Amino acid sequence: MKIHEYQAKELFRKYRVPTPEGGVGESLEEIAEVVASLGLPVVVKAQIHAGGRGKGGGVRLARTNEEANQAAAAILGMTLVTRQTGPEGRLVRKVLVEKGVAIEKELYLSLIPDRGSATIMFVASQDGGMDIEEVAAATPERIIKVAVNPLTGPQPFHFRQMAFGLQLDPALHKQFAALLKGLYQLFVDCDCSLVEINPLIITADQQIIALDAKIDIDGNALFRHPELQTLHDPFEDDPIEAEAARFHLNYINLDGNVGNMVNGAGLAMATMDIIKQAGAEPANFLDVGGGASAEMVENGFRLILRDPKVKGILINIFGGILRCDVLAQGVVQAAEKVNLSVPVVVRMEGTNVEEGRRILSDSGLKLINAADLADAARKVAEIVA
Amino acid sequence: MSIFVDSTTRLLVQGITGREGRFHTQQCIAYGTRVVAGVTPGKGGQEVDGVPVFNTVAEARRATGANASMIFVPPAFAADAILEAVDAGIELVVCITEGVPVLDMLRVKNSLAFAGSRLIGPNCPGIITPGQCKIGIMPGAIHTPGGPVGVVSRSGTLTYEVVHQLTGVGLGQSTCVGIGGDPVNGTGFIDCLQAFNADPETAAVVMVGEIGGSAEEEAAAWIKANMAKPVVGFIAGLTAPPGRRMGHAGAIVSGGQGTAGAKITAMEASGIHVCRDLGSLGLLCREVFH
Repeated sequence: MKIHEYQAKELFRKYRVPTPEGGVGESLEEIAEVVASLGLPVVVKAQIHAGGRGKGGGVRLARTNEEANQAAAAILGMTLVTRQTGPEGRLVRKVLVEKGVAIEKELYLSLIPDRGSATIMFVASQDGGMDIEEVAAATPERIIKVAVNPLTGPQPFHFRQMAFGLQLDPALHKQFAALLKGLYQLFVDCDCSLVEINPLIITADQQIIALDAKIDIDGNALFRHPELQTLHDPFEDDPIEAEAARFHLNYINLDGNVGNMVNGAGLAMATMDIIKQAGAEPANFLDVGGGASAEMVENGFRLILRDPKVKGILINIFGGILRCDVLAQGVVQAAEKVNLSVPVVVRMEGTNVEEGRRILSDSGLKLINAADLADAARKVAEIVA
Repeated sequence: MSIFVDSTTRLLVQGITGREGRFHTQQCIAYGTRVVAGVTPGKGGQEVDGVPVFNTVAEARRATGANASMIFVPPAFAADAILEAVDAGIELVVCITEGVPVLDMLRVKNSLAFAGSRLIGPNCPGIITPGQCKIGIMPGAIHTPGGPVGVVSRSGTLTYEVVHQLTGVGLGQSTCVGIGGDPVNGTGFIDCLQAFNADPETAAVVMVGEIGGSAEEEAAAWIKANMAKPVVGFIAGLTAPPGRRMGHAGAIVSGGQGTAGAKITAMEASGIHVCRDLGSLGLLCREVFH
């Protein structure tokens, strides 16, 4: 689960990670109040769940009250397009206003779970304020990584490795260690899957401050964090994906026109790949679960048909413990209920497959049997061509 | 022969009284697995489908000599269940549960380093040695006993698809291991490859990966240096958009890392026969393995 920058900074302050003074506004009046309380200059920042806000015009410096007003009026309510939002952009509903600070140096700092080493890893670089993926690709030697065993937690030597690795002035080491300790505690207390500060700055008066803040929380751990659940912003959700979540289905909207529904995530990805190989483009990823009940299939149809791009649907289900004849009945029932408007190719394999195919072809619905995977992809690609 | 499980394996089920746990225990018994005990705290002394239920794993192990466990508890209690089985000295712990928090798994994984137990999963279909022992939720009937092919995979239904095709072209399986779709899991590709390499009944291996992480690349390097048997590979997710989690918690391309293309390149460079078209995987195996 992603949260906004202003929410991440509230968590930072709770863990004594320094941030600039600031406040949030949802109207020009509220923003003017925040500006008045902070004093000039200020930085006005759009609050959306996407990076690259500065380049898209969503972050502005204001040196006078008039400039602050203009910046707020321009950003609040704008549709901000960045490299992460896609061309449709994201509507800005909230603005964070922060007091401007004098920057001497910009660093990069993040914490992630490292799957290979099963550790919690600090990643840092002296090249702050830049796209860290580009830094890692061009100058990997300028990235430092320090792994912490989650059973022991961070030790002072971890902080020394970080501080010396970043060539920080020794006068800053104590301050920096306290910041790292706070961040680590925040990471484990809140079940984060990412904490990222880019840039982390050293100010002209030698303070280390998180100028930006990004936190992702492990969705699987939200059950034990009711206080963090309230940080979810439903306006940031794709509407079809949000509905899928209510049905307990895994759905991801894509650009193509072949809707598809598969049982199991791995098989669903492989099915998307096969659609592409047949010369068409998948409209979505949809995993209806290993079992694929009639109810799941019905909900899956409803989700796929909400996407107006969809010109044909491919269902690929491997019937294991749930037999193909039972599955086929479920597909027919679901298809009758949702009033299918596009052709559906069904590829079914597994136990009782012959009986399952007979049920589909006898149904009188727009259900087309496929002999195998390649045949299914070819048939659906022809339909949408 | 086989790897990790066979007809002598004595299974206990943690969460046997739940709906899923009970159903799949029945399926395992029907397949021929020796299910000797169940564990549900507070329900000790009961019987479920002829299987005695105990309050703790330690008690169940003492009473029945169970040496493997299958876990069906909800995600909030999964780490506790795994650690309880490890503490009781259960040699093989298979966790089916999906949705275990990553931090829980980081702690479990580091605790396992000093224990004598092997963990398979979480978020996996389990492990089966066809004709001998099924621990998990896979459909038993699609498998063919006796080898010669070992299967290791991060996916569930995709593995069934592969096994079904192998059976269809007349290739049986020695053991099939679903290592799970989570970013942090117990047994990995290399553990299984090592075991298959040493298993006389396994003559060839199918390895099924997907986007996310670098386990396939590391396995490819291991195969190049050590593997004496032919390997056919498949990777799902060539069309997956970056930055999105594709169903499995571990299936995500982040920061340009973990793409299907990079995995396929690494695997082909290591001499693995990578199948580009899932529909023809069985045929490719017949060609390569004969």
